[in-house]
Amino acid sequence: MDAFLHVLQRGDLVNLAAATLVASTPLVLAALGGLMCERSGVVNIALEGIMLTSAFVGYAVAFNTHNLTLGVLAAVLAGMAIAGLHAVLSIAFVVDQIVSGTVINILAVGITGVFYRAYIQQAEVRGPGVLPVWKLPGLGDIPIVGPIFFQQAFVTYAALALIVVVHLVLFRTVWGLRTRASGEHPRAAETAGINVYLVRYVNVIASGALAGLGGCYFSLQQVGNFLPGMTGGQGFIALAAMIFGRWTPLGSFLASLLFAGAGALAGRLQIYGVHIPYQVLGMLPYVLTIVVVAGAVGRAVAPAAVGKPYRRS
Amino acid sequence: MDLTVEWGQVHALLGENGAGKSTLMNVVYGLIRADSGEMRFDGAQVQVHSPQDAIGLGIGMVHQHFMLIPPLTVADNVILGQETARAAGVIDGRASRRTVRELSHRYGLQVDPDARVQDLSVGVQQRVEILKALYRGARLLILDEPTSVLTPQETEGLFQIVRGLTAEGSAVIFITHKLGEVMSVADRITVMRRGKVVASTTPAESSPADLARLMVGRPVLLRVDKGPAQPGLPLLQVDELSVLDDRRQLAVDGLSLEVRAGEILGLAGVEGNGQVELVEAIAGLRPTRSGRVTLCDREVTAASPRRRLRAGLGHIPADRHRMGVILELPISDNLVLGDFDRPPFARGIVRLLAQVRDHAAQLIKSFDVRAEGPQQVAGALSGGNQQKVVVARELSNGPRVLMAAQPTRGVDVGSIEFIHRQIVEQRDAGLAVLLVSSELDEVLSLADRVAVIYRGQIAAVLEGDEIDRDRIGLLMAGAKTDEVAATGEGG
Repeated sequence: MDAFLHVLQRGDLVNLAAATLVASTPLVLAALGGLMCERSGVVNIALEGIMLTSAFVGYAVAFNTHNLTLGVLAAVLAGMAIAGLHAVLSIAFVVDQIVSGTVINILAVGITGVFYRAYIQQAEVRGPGVLPVWKLPGLGDIPIVGPIFFQQAFVTYAALALIVVVHLVLFRTVWGLRTRASGEHPRAAETAGINVYLVRYVNVIASGALAGLGGCYFSLQQVGNFLPGMTGGQGFIALAAMIFGRWTPLGSFLASLLFAGAGALAGRLQIYGVHIPYQVLGMLPYVLTIVVVAGAVGRAVAPAAVGKPYRRS
Repeated sequence: MDLTVEWGQVHALLGENGAGKSTLMNVVYGLIRADSGEMRFDGAQVQVHSPQDAIGLGIGMVHQHFMLIPPLTVADNVILGQETARAAGVIDGRASRRTVRELSHRYGLQVDPDARVQDLSVGVQQRVEILKALYRGARLLILDEPTSVLTPQETEGLFQIVRGLTAEGSAVIFITHKLGEVMSVADRITVMRRGKVVASTTPAESSPADLARLMVGRPVLLRVDKGPAQPGLPLLQVDELSVLDDRRQLAVDGLSLEVRAGEILGLAGVEGNGQVELVEAIAGLRPTRSGRVTLCDREVTAASPRRRLRAGLGHIPADRHRMGVILELPISDNLVLGDFDRPPFARGIVRLLAQVRDHAAQLIKSFDVRAEGPQQVAGALSGGNQQKVVVARELSNGPRVLMAAQPTRGVDVGSIEFIHRQIVEQRDAGLAVLLVSSELDEVLSLADRVAVIYRGQIAAVLEGDEIDRDRIGLLMAGAKTDEVAATGEGG
């Protein structure tokens, strides 16, 4: 209780809100990717591995070219490539989707670790820096709203825009309808003349692009460096946000804010000198994830055919 | 084989399960490729390699298991795959809803385009399937066993829709194994047996008995011979039972019923009204939320399936492949699934395989299972013979209560006859029989009393003269008992 009073007394709510939004960026992007994928019927627990790989590739490219834009682009492409592997394994070779996702997560830790040690750890050149904060003219000056929403860096703006885009694609377009049909009842979709394989491939790869963009947040927006394992399980938290958000973009956004808010609050409480060991505060988002998912599982309704490989008979 | 369908006609394709009706229609619809032969449509030879080709020609098919996506709206289901889109692939929702409403109105289908399919009754879902075909420009509509999930009233409604379609010049192929329906809706009848056309006729030129003989290849007893029941004491009692379904919704809602020795209680109802959950709860396969199940004066509400088996419950499950037989195991093992670990089939931890084989050989003979021998795997048998294995096992345990769920589903007419006779014989021997069936004809011909289940509750229990097809149909559709009584008297 004390701690909350501190926050209120210092008029720090706007800061906390802005920090929450920033911290939610990778969660939102990975959750959006996850839901595109799962709505088409493919489970994607590889989000963590995709983000980690993209964080690395984005950094490596930006580091070598001294160009952050190229870094972001490379992160997105890397995400698509890894997701493409997941798609081929789980759709063409009908590997269990959880197994395929796990393989990718392990692979990502290994590959990024090796290359980090081989090329980046020893480098003595200056890093590429971080993506700059763009204060939008006009909008950025609005009190309260401005500092929260319109004084951010590129990846956060992109995440906010993509929430709307993914929502519209999923619920307003032909592609979205076909995606949902493929995830609920692939055989029915097939008899209606839809190429379920194609729909799933495209969605899985699109989820890689989204999670890849989320991945470069860590190395190019938050830190300006790459560290092994820097995604720290956020891909799994994003999965929880997607479930808690009932596989909808807006729901996933709100759930991401909840988890990110817990993290941001934990950080603040340390600054205010609340006497709780920082390890305990650091656990907050993860504990919250467990609690929320335990409560939501069974109640949230997943796409009916998610995780089930589809074979034409 | 040859088949010719004319415009403006309802062409019934009649045959037993496995006669090749569905296979033939899947060839027509492009789901299966023919090995040889040709197909002409509107006089021109055509190649149909996929459902898309069939749709392009104007052939539509309503599958026995609906190809609908439950969480989506009617309009979305109908337009799926052939959406009207504006720029950037954005669906023109208003246009698609209007089209669906117009089509629905024109053919008298009465479907709300904005309703979610999962909220609709099975009968209405079927109309959505028909809408889907019409939306794709179908002029030849194939209906695969369309009435198996409908109440009698819904069936009559479907017939009207079918007649409306043929009046506009379309053709309808009506696949069924129900003789009564063929007589009332068909213009022409083709009877199939073992992949061959055995007759082509019209309702006026034939009778149900003729058709049954053609279907099976020998004269068939259409009615079940049985004397009046002589009920004794109640052996199975269900009191105020509530059970949740897989989605944790209340599927059985404070239901009570009682089955007495020497009678068959038929449980009639449209599928999905809690029958599956009720049966599983009685068998001990699903936890109950409240209420009691009593078997031969012993409360078994929380007992394991095995304890219930020992207490005298025989169970013929509805899903034969999932629960009735183990397809990979030989017939002999399938016949001792409940007893394999005790005498006479085992001594200590050692199975006595010779006993098991002898037991099997004996049952195969007395239950007329058409098999190569006790060691043949169950999966190699036809549906009817698999079901005879299940029936043989459940009856050879010496049960006092027999719960038979959809006992003749997917079973040929010859086996149906046999299984029905067994059920009646067991009743006469003093068993209490609970017969759960979505085939109203089966309930009507076997049951001594009929309980109608609707939304997890018993809507009414009918006896003697009260047992009437129309009345049961109304109760199955949710009418209240007094309403039914009123219409019954009025009519």
